[in-house]
Amino acid sequence: MNSSLDWMIALVPEEIVIVSALAVLVLDFAILRRRTLAGRAAAVGAAACLGCVAAMVWIARGQDYQAGEMLALTPLTQFLKMVLLALTLVVAVISFGARFSRHIGEYFALLLLATAGLMLLISSENLLMIFIALELLSLPLYVLTAFDKSSAASAEAALKYFLFGSVAAAFTLFGISLLYGLTGDLQLGGIAEKLNTQPVEPICYVALVMTLAGFAFKVAAAPMHFWAPDVYEGAPAPIACFIASGSKVASFFVLARIIVDGFGPLRGSAAWEDFRAGWMPLLAVLAVLSMVAGNLAALVQTSVKRLLAYSAIAHGGYALLAFFGNSRQMLPALFFYVITYSLTVLGAFAVVAVVENSGRRDRLADWAGLGRRAPLLSACMFVFMLSLAGIPPLSGFFGKFYVFTAAVAGTPHLGMLWLVIVAVAASAISLYYYLQVLKEIYAAEPAADAKPFRPPHAALLSIALLAGLVIALGCAPGWLLAKLSVVLNTSVFRL
Amino acid sequence: MKTFPLLTLLTLIPLLGGGVTLLASSRPKLAHRIALVASLLALAVAALLWAAFDTRQAGWQFVERLAWVPSLGIDYHLGIDGLGLLMVLLSALIVPFAMLASWKIENNPKLHFALMLFLEAGLFGTFTALNFFHWFIYWELGLIPAFFLIKIWGGPRRTRAANQFFIYTLAGSMAMLLAFLAIYAATGLFDFGQLAELARKGGLDNALFAKLGGSFFKSKETLAAVIFLGVFLGFAVKAPLMPFHTWLPSAYAEAPTGTSMLLTGAMSKMGVYGFLRILLPLFPAQMRAMQTPLLCLAVATIVFSAAAALAQRDLKRMVAYSSINHVGYCLLGIFAAVQLTGDTAAWTTEKAAALNGVMLQMFNHGLTASALFYFVGLIEQRSGGLRGLNDFGGLRKAAPVFCGLMGITLFASLGLPGLNGFVSEFLIFKGSLPLVGWAAAVSTLGLLITAIFLLAILQQVFSGPVRNRWAGWKDLTTGERLTIAPVIALMFVFGICPQILIRVANPAALAILKLF
Amino acid sequence: MLAWTIYISLLGAAVLVLLPPESRRAARITALFTALAGLAAALCGAAQYERHVPSGAVADLVNFSWIADLGIHFHLAADGVSITLVLLTGIAAVAGVLFSWNVERRTREFFALYLALIGGVYGVFLSFDLFLLFVFYEIAIIPKYFLIAVWGSTRREYGAMKLALYSLVGSAMVLIGLIAAYVVSGAHSFDLIELAKYPFPVAFQNWAFLLVFVGFAVLAGLWPFHTWAPTGHVAAPTAASMLLAGVVMKLGAYGALRVAMTLFPDGLRTWQNEIALLAVIGIVYGATVALVQRDIKFVIGYSSVSHMGFVLLGLMTLSQIGLSGAVMQMFSHGIIAGLLFAVVGRMVYDRTHTRDLTELQPMNLSALAPFAAVTFVVAGAASMGLPGFSGFIAELQVLAGAWAVFPRLTILAGAGILVGIAFMVRVWIKAFFAENDAKAAPIQIEPISMAERAGAFVLLGTTVLIGLWPGLLLNLITPTLHSPLFQPLWKGGQP
Repeated sequence: MNSSLDWMIALVPEEIVIVSALAVLVLDFAILRRRTLAGRAAAVGAAACLGCVAAMVWIARGQDYQAGEMLALTPLTQFLKMVLLALTLVVAVISFGARFSRHIGEYFALLLLATAGLMLLISSENLLMIFIALELLSLPLYVLTAFDKSSAASAEAALKYFLFGSVAAAFTLFGISLLYGLTGDLQLGGIAEKLNTQPVEPICYVALVMTLAGFAFKVAAAPMHFWAPDVYEGAPAPIACFIASGSKVASFFVLARIIVDGFGPLRGSAAWEDFRAGWMPLLAVLAVLSMVAGNLAALVQTSVKRLLAYSAIAHGGYALLAFFGNSRQMLPALFFYVITYSLTVLGAFAVVAVVENSGRRDRLADWAGLGRRAPLLSACMFVFMLSLAGIPPLSGFFGKFYVFTAAVAGTPHLGMLWLVIVAVAASAISLYYYLQVLKEIYAAEPAADAKPFRPPHAALLSIALLAGLVIALGCAPGWLLAKLSVVLNTSVFRL
Repeated sequence: MKTFPLLTLLTLIPLLGGGVTLLASSRPKLAHRIALVASLLALAVAALLWAAFDTRQAGWQFVERLAWVPSLGIDYHLGIDGLGLLMVLLSALIVPFAMLASWKIENNPKLHFALMLFLEAGLFGTFTALNFFHWFIYWELGLIPAFFLIKIWGGPRRTRAANQFFIYTLAGSMAMLLAFLAIYAATGLFDFGQLAELARKGGLDNALFAKLGGSFFKSKETLAAVIFLGVFLGFAVKAPLMPFHTWLPSAYAEAPTGTSMLLTGAMSKMGVYGFLRILLPLFPAQMRAMQTPLLCLAVATIVFSAAAALAQRDLKRMVAYSSINHVGYCLLGIFAAVQLTGDTAAWTTEKAAALNGVMLQMFNHGLTASALFYFVGLIEQRSGGLRGLNDFGGLRKAAPVFCGLMGITLFASLGLPGLNGFVSEFLIFKGSLPLVGWAAAVSTLGLLITAIFLLAILQQVFSGPVRNRWAGWKDLTTGERLTIAPVIALMFVFGICPQILIRVANPAALAILKLF
Repeated sequence: MLAWTIYISLLGAAVLVLLPPESRRAARITALFTALAGLAAALCGAAQYERHVPSGAVADLVNFSWIADLGIHFHLAADGVSITLVLLTGIAAVAGVLFSWNVERRTREFFALYLALIGGVYGVFLSFDLFLLFVFYEIAIIPKYFLIAVWGSTRREYGAMKLALYSLVGSAMVLIGLIAAYVVSGAHSFDLIELAKYPFPVAFQNWAFLLVFVGFAVLAGLWPFHTWAPTGHVAAPTAASMLLAGVVMKLGAYGALRVAMTLFPDGLRTWQNEIALLAVIGIVYGATVALVQRDIKFVIGYSSVSHMGFVLLGLMTLSQIGLSGAVMQMFSHGIIAGLLFAVVGRMVYDRTHTRDLTELQPMNLSALAPFAAVTFVVAGAASMGLPGFSGFIAELQVLAGAWAVFPRLTILAGAGILVGIAFMVRVWIKAFFAENDAKAAPIQIEPISMAERAGAFVLLGTTVLIGLWPGLLLNLITPTLHSPLFQPLWKGGQP
């Protein structure tokens, strides 16, 4: 049996993060009260980054894998935690230049607490643990969304986020409790076994729908997506980064766990000739709605942040296609896609953040001529936009390609081809609005009073790193794929 | 046995010469000299060919044959017989003559002379090629320089004339191209000799119908007739044959003197050459079937063009119409020769006479017509642009040599015995009168009318009282005398000793007759 | 050696991006040097191929495993058809750089995009792995967009977006077909030769062929999917029009041949008649519409549609002579269209700032710019298909092949040639050789520069060279058409 001490040691990364959060608060309140905002931000931010780095180092060095009732630590979870911490690190770096709030200590503390929630979410083995971690993740995010007190949009976004999120949480809780009632077990592994042996009752489907609804909210899949555009636009840009990237990765992971491990037997089928009830047709519907609604709405946007929000909805739809793959390809495709997507969208929102911090708004017209005023930043945005559009040789292209191939190969007789056709068509159309952004940056002439633009070095460095990663993962995706297959071999998934 | 590729050399000289001329510096008269040298070189090679030509041998001489694109039936195939030799020599003579006539060109002389040389290359190529592929390339190569020569250096209405010339000739060429593509699709052949062989046995029509017939053409004859018309159009526009001649008067009139000489001297002969070399061997049955309408057209050409010339007041236009008239005689001779007379040898003499006459007329008319244009050009120069029939008078007193030589040329064109024009016209009529009596009879009207207007020129321009403004009319300068003297001499030589030409033409005529 | 064409071009593009912004001369010289180096590599490669592989079989250049999970290889190879098109690209690239010598605005970005496009095109022609081919195909889309959107003229943003979206939708169709083929074959390989050996079921081939063929043929200007072509050509700057009509349209035709026809020969037979009909409609329609245009560039744009119809007709004949004609026409039209656009765009439009025939009529261009007039006449003659130029051999072969299979359509195509002659003569007369008022004051225009003359000689020389010695290309094409890869096309009939 694993003793508490073993667990304490295993969970050191999470502890480091939480302790960093507290330390940041203390630092800000006690020591830095009289410094300037910039100085405080630098110090506090540095502390936050330090915390993340320390956690990453601990994970990298150790091999403490154990599985318990509530949590499980496996190579897959540790790998994903590394990714999440890296994402948080970038968000923290970008926040250095943020000027939207004086409460900088609280800001970083909340950020770190949300990260802790993410990490716990990844490791959860138990339905209740999942719920707790979800709340630990969501509550700081609601607050962080409202952080820009000078903006009414920020407050409105936070309110919407909170209301939607609470309703969704209620759905999730309802679904989970139904599941518990059906199987008498809260552990994912146990639920799977029980559902396999028991006959499937109609109420299982209700549980499935409820749970899926809750998670659809989290991944911003249509029709549970209405919060996303307002939140992405209203929240401070670094927070939008975080929601779009880290939160998405974790949410997809948990969705995959619940669907595959929890609701395994209720698979159903969404093949063209063979439509049976289950989570597959449900996911298919979600996917189609997300791709179509997201892309169509994005076509008419004039605000870059809203554009990225709708594109995020669409990308959620593409990612859902991975669920139709066969057992060998489903998870590698899903995780490859989600990880590379989060890197890309983090970079894109980071660019938006930097541009906003320099005094510009995020209307498309304000980006005119950016290509000449800030060449490196624009080049990175070029990479991110094209990767989102799915243009080779960038990672977004390979991610989509792999997901599409997995979806087609997963069902015999090309049953899911119809869904892939919808996805490919939607992806083709999406080039239009990504090119709109790039057109403003490169083809339009800058306004007469445009000043030259100096992005802060740390932010620029991290954005450039992300762009480099996107290109590298596009040209040589084999590295990430190999890593994923290694960690998935010893994962918790029972497929 | 590998012989020296004289024919390729012949065509290459003006091509390279044209290139060199274009690249020459702008020193005065340098371009003129280079071009003249090139054309004289070509003349020398042509003379060499003449000397080395064996008149006892009936077939092709100086043959060069290389496989080029065998999968498409395209060979590099050159060769000449008597007809080709005559045409080559004619071209080689006319071009230096035309260049000397253009010596005073001031506006971009490099381009002018280079274009003339390219045109010469086109002429040589057309008269020596025996495979449609490069024959057509040279055929078109003659078109574009002529267009630019008219367009850039021509008279006041040159644009319209040049465009009309271009469009008409191009339309005809395209019809010909499409017809030959159809022939290729049916037979896989581009070689004239092989196609003629096939046609002789009636195989061409069969092949056309077999491959191309079916859905559209119910009968073999219709299909063959359509293809025949396509090829016919190309040559009919070039020769020209009425009613495809409407481009010619404007083009000849607006073109600068040297170009008009080239056009009438050599290029119109391309059309007649095409009739003899290509149309007749490939489509003898069709020509026989359509002989009557064709004869009507030829007669119309002869008579109406002569009448039109009579009605002109512009000297250059008169000569242009007269040109059409003279070429009409050639076509009359050809159409007469296709007369179906069975296998008796009795009519062979008449047919041979007609064809000999045609070939001689091509050569002689080339000389005389270009000389006529030369003189008209001189008149235009000295009068400051005037060339109306009624603008002059009594020039004989002011410039006796000029009038004398021009008079000789006019008489040669008229067909006065002793000069070259007589022999060719006589032979044509000798051959066609027994064969197609009515057509020949009506055509003599053309002779009559020609005589009238040519004498009218003599009278109006040379005789009569001298007008004051022409009192200072200069006679021929030394340079001009040197230029025209060889041509006049040739007119006499070939008038008195036509055997020189007939010796070469007759074997070719007989060979053509054998083809059908 | 051939693979270096790709590397050199992309390297050149990278070097150009790193040059200082105002260095126009350096940019031009770098671009010219790169294009020449690419052409040299292509010529060397062609010579090597002819010497070492007289049988016309596929010669491997580079082949290593790239993404092992999906069986994707970085496989570059060449056969006679590829090399013909690589040579075309090299020549067109050099000529395009020469004709763009006068680009003043953002010169280095222009040439960087240009070279990137060239590199992508080389890649398509040399790829023998379907994934790799698709990657290069898509890489070519983005430079096209920016070249038109930034440096173009009439309605450039609309034209650029239309082109980009059409291309992407076409490639989306291809993508679906590729993924389906990959999955159905179960081969776990994207290698072209491997997949070609697999006997796809006929029912599958029927729709897969249509999808992939039409997807590629959109870019080749197949009627009625051609509508991007006139707008795009008119909007594009001269060098981009030259490349678009000259090379990019050939990407579509090549893709149709290499992928659709090679993989799905049975499907090809099902649709042979319909596609041939569409091709001939394109020939006649393109020529007829060109006859009534007022803008010369529209005339040439529509004439491109017409000429590409010959390519597609030749492909549908399924005879060795027809396919040989199609490949020759790809080469020939590439050179000739490039030349026509160069005269109209660079020599005429850059000086007179109008392409409208009515406005050009009184300008007496033949006297002002005799070199342009002569070049245009010769180019037009070549475009009509006169013997002595490359177009004659190509059209002869296509018509000869088509006559055996589609006699009625061939006659229609012949009518199209006649209309082609008519519209060319119309443009000649109206633009260059119109009757005009001798009293009108002559306008001043700058003389034709050395670079333009050089470019014109390169293109003219090529079309005359191939017109007089078609064996140079036929020696490459004919053996390849006899090679094993093309055997399934001749099944059941004589080549």
